[in-house]
Amino acid sequence: MKSAVIVFPASNCDRDAAVALEQMTGTKPYMVWHADSQVPDDADLIVLPGGFSYGDYLRCGAMARLSRVMQDVIAKAQKGRFVLGICNGFQVLTEAGLLPGALMRNADLKFVCRPVGMTVEETQNVFTRKYDHGQRVVFPVAHGEGNYVADEETLDRLEGDGRVVFRYAQGENPNGSARNIAGILNEKRNVLGLMPHPERVCDPLLGGTDGRALFESLIEALT
Amino acid sequence: MKARVFVTLKNGVLDPQGKAIGHALNGLGFGSVGEVRQGKLIEIELAERDEAKARASLKEMCEKLLANTVIEKYEIELKA
Repeated sequence: MKSAVIVFPASNCDRDAAVALEQMTGTKPYMVWHADSQVPDDADLIVLPGGFSYGDYLRCGAMARLSRVMQDVIAKAQKGRFVLGICNGFQVLTEAGLLPGALMRNADLKFVCRPVGMTVEETQNVFTRKYDHGQRVVFPVAHGEGNYVADEETLDRLEGDGRVVFRYAQGENPNGSARNIAGILNEKRNVLGLMPHPERVCDPLLGGTDGRALFESLIEALT
Repeated sequence: MKARVFVTLKNGVLDPQGKAIGHALNGLGFGSVGEVRQGKLIEIELAERDEAKARASLKEMCEKLLANTVIEKYEIELKA
């Protein structure tokens, strides 16, 4: 499986994503600069990493989605290419309209940086097929604006279609997200956005390995 | 032409920053302060003389970039 990591000015988890991808797939990902016009065609997976792209100016992700490379990412996502948005990457995906809803300031106004328990709610997709349905996992979160908001109709549709993939465990919602939502799929199930960081729990040295199954799922599906 | 665009959270969308500002004002002794909502003000200079055209173009700017209409609403104020 070949992958690409998009690098925006002020992305800061691009290297974490690259290390995890290389460890897991055995192949170095392409690092694609925001001003490039294209993501290489043989990249099966495009990762939008965490960080503070464009300094979070205007709104988190609002500037990044207008960048040159994002026009190609959007076009490729619409054609079915697999896209994983982590943290700021999730914010970029909602701003780009590839995922519904929006991510607002955490309900308690605090930046949260700690491991959070979640359940894997859906395994019928390329991102989480190697997890058990209902499995509890712990990923770190590190964000100030991860409070997922959408209207009731959208939330009902997400739940009805089985597109809520990760949900914060009862009592562990770190940001006030509606219905404890931590990660969602698009309608075609080829785009996943989540606030917690799977790439930071792929190596036992970093305190956990719960993120490995996400990359193993992708490897199994895309190799 | 000069425009002022006010971007605020839609009614019903929780505004934790507004709440915190309200609490702080109460703490400073402004006991009469009730609900506080905060937002953004964006000032834009436009090389356009026709008000209707300016308004149409500002509306498009709001829809495309200035506001995230999932959670925000906007108001446009124009000055010649």
